[in-house]
Amino acid sequence: MSVATEKAPAAAVPEPRATKKKRGPDHRPGLSRKLPYLLLAPAVLLELLIHIIPMLVGIWMSFVKLTKFFIANWSAAPWAGFDNYRVALDFDNAVGEGLLKSFGVTVAFSLITLALAWCLGMAAAVALQPPFKGRSLVRTLFLVPYALPAYAGILTWNFMLQRDTGAVNHLLVDNLGLVSDRPFWLIGGNALVSLITVAVWKLWPFAFLTLMAGLQSIPRDVYEAASVDGAGSIRQWRNITLPSLRPVNLVLVLVLFLWTFSDFNTPYVLFGTAQPPAGDLITFHIYNASFLTWNFGSGAAMSVLLLIFLMIVTGAYLLITGRRSRRA
Amino acid sequence: MRLRSLVAAVAVSALGVSLAACGGSDSGDSSNGGGGGDATLTYWASNQGTSLDNDKQVLTPVLEKFTQETGVKVNLEVIGWNDLQTRIQTAITSGQAPDVVNIGNTWAASLQATDAFLPFDGDAMNAIGGKDKFVPTALATGGKEGTDPTSVPLYGLAYGLYYNKAMFAAAGLQPPKTWEEMVTAAQKLTNPAKKQWGMALAAGSYTENVHFAFINAAQNKADWFDADGKPTFTGDGNVQGVLRYLDLMQKDKVANPSNAQYDNGTKSVNDFATKKVAMVINQNNADSSIVANGMKAGEYGVVPFPAPSGGEQVASHVAGINLSIFKNTKNKDAALKFVKYMTDATTQTTLGKPFSSLPVLKDAKPVFTTDAAEAATFADVYNTKSKPLPLVPAEDQFESTVGKAMNGLFAKIATGGTVTADDVKTALKTAEDQVAASS
Repeated sequence: MSVATEKAPAAAVPEPRATKKKRGPDHRPGLSRKLPYLLLAPAVLLELLIHIIPMLVGIWMSFVKLTKFFIANWSAAPWAGFDNYRVALDFDNAVGEGLLKSFGVTVAFSLITLALAWCLGMAAAVALQPPFKGRSLVRTLFLVPYALPAYAGILTWNFMLQRDTGAVNHLLVDNLGLVSDRPFWLIGGNALVSLITVAVWKLWPFAFLTLMAGLQSIPRDVYEAASVDGAGSIRQWRNITLPSLRPVNLVLVLVLFLWTFSDFNTPYVLFGTAQPPAGDLITFHIYNASFLTWNFGSGAAMSVLLLIFLMIVTGAYLLITGRRSRRA
Repeated sequence: MRLRSLVAAVAVSALGVSLAACGGSDSGDSSNGGGGGDATLTYWASNQGTSLDNDKQVLTPVLEKFTQETGVKVNLEVIGWNDLQTRIQTAITSGQAPDVVNIGNTWAASLQATDAFLPFDGDAMNAIGGKDKFVPTALATGGKEGTDPTSVPLYGLAYGLYYNKAMFAAAGLQPPKTWEEMVTAAQKLTNPAKKQWGMALAAGSYTENVHFAFINAAQNKADWFDADGKPTFTGDGNVQGVLRYLDLMQKDKVANPSNAQYDNGTKSVNDFATKKVAMVINQNNADSSIVANGMKAGEYGVVPFPAPSGGEQVASHVAGINLSIFKNTKNKDAALKFVKYMTDATTQTTLGKPFSSLPVLKDAKPVFTTDAAEAATFADVYNTKSKPLPLVPAEDQFESTVGKAMNGLFAKIATGGTVTADDVKTALKTAEDQVAASS
């Protein structure tokens, strides 16, 4: 379900670079003019097929009353105008109120997960920058959560977080005796903590990997010069590492935000059909709104609202960061 | 910069809307009967046995016999309950459907509304052996009242209160006849210090929860929909019925709060089978799980799930599995033959035992248990103490909204909160608004 979702940004980013490279000197003018387009054609076609057309269908769906009465024959679904949007945005009504709450939970979840994943990734990348014996082993170890199939990893967390039989409570209650009453981790208020923990666990290796790659491009002699000048490691990190990683961070933070905001697998696998309000992420909420109630028009309207929100955030982000980099 | 913004914008838009359009692309290969020779049917069976493999083993010889008799081949796929509804949904939406499919009978009216299924009108009904062969209450679950049903009963199920005979004898208790007796017995058999509880509830399963919302409200003579199909979730009888069930954990404290995480009935049945709890309310297909977990047939007894004294004697909804034919099948005649075969007396008897199901045919005897008293209890519940779930198109929404509301209320109780009648009413009001908004 989220394969397309997750790969989208990563796959889309390198494209422009590839197209630029094609402008080399060529001795056959006819072919050289066509070649770039020919090479691009499969990608464009697939992009149309996989992203653009479903997206347009999704937008169309948000304007029709696509309930169970019409799913066998989509074209018969009556036009709803902005009705689906009105219901989704009427915050006095149960549906709108639920969407708003879910939005709030998702914003909190995304920001905390993003911050934690980035900090962990940065700390690990910096710690592993100087060469030492066994460094590659530790690097590999850190990448394990990212290499594991998402379902297997999250299911294991689900077992660990069970109240009576889970490893987490066994450790906290039986071994360490930190709490006397066994806490619930997958229902009630703790659900958000569990969700963030699992999401960070799943995501931070990507931040680590990206930042580690970025660090490789900073020349060692800059650090050497800085330490000769008497700069401590924190100073070096703030004045050399961070500014040098700026282009990497720009993309990384955006991608991490988009991934966490539209994370579906984590709540779906962690909570199953019994998702608690504290873990009601917006993608999962939309899934329930469409698939459990068979009201795909309403679900599509919510998706379009989510799309608009993410576009605004991304646009604002790029605008602000772009302006700053031009000034600098 | 501009290029990057553009790329990012495309990426984001793809991200947002792919959500709306995604929905599982796996579809059943629609059979085609053309390929020189006899027709081939695709049959989606639900999970009735102890595992998907077990279902396959049980069904394969039955289907082979059908092929021998009619020359029609059957491609079988067994689908778990977590996926079945989505798979059917996808099949309806895409038109890539199997020929014959199992449905939970409570979905019948909702699925009928999609217009994707073949109505069993006069001719079709005659082709499968006529409507008179079925138990009338079972056939009534086939679709909306006053219409040609789009499904016919296949396996009958009913709720019963299973109790551990040894535990009851040791405490000098008789099997309960009223709700009050059940609670008293459960309290006597609860000892949290010894990890011993009176009852196990599948309190994190919205499908189980909604059944008990329905049954408890029915015992209070309350309905969930009015004559026009409009939801009436917030009536006093509904609220009190739901609260009564929640109070098993909250006020009576006869169920382990951990039950709030039990997201399917098997977990509570396993607690009963492994003798951690004295009672469990489950449908009669619990038998196979109980025995598989080591409890012997004579060690447990079953009585009807009791109503409070003075309440309506409703002990179950008319539970079970129905058979539907997709309207766009290319093998209508073969499909009708198959439905006839699956619902004839011989096949019903063959499948009744391994699937622990009640016969859906008039005058048929239950064969799922050797315990005559248990068989009689379930047959009595199914035939005289069951009420069908609301036969309205919004039934599926009733299940998901009310069921999930109860999940939330149980979670609140389990994590130390208090749930009052007002809280129940508010939660049911939200569920009602959700149903009203999308109907």
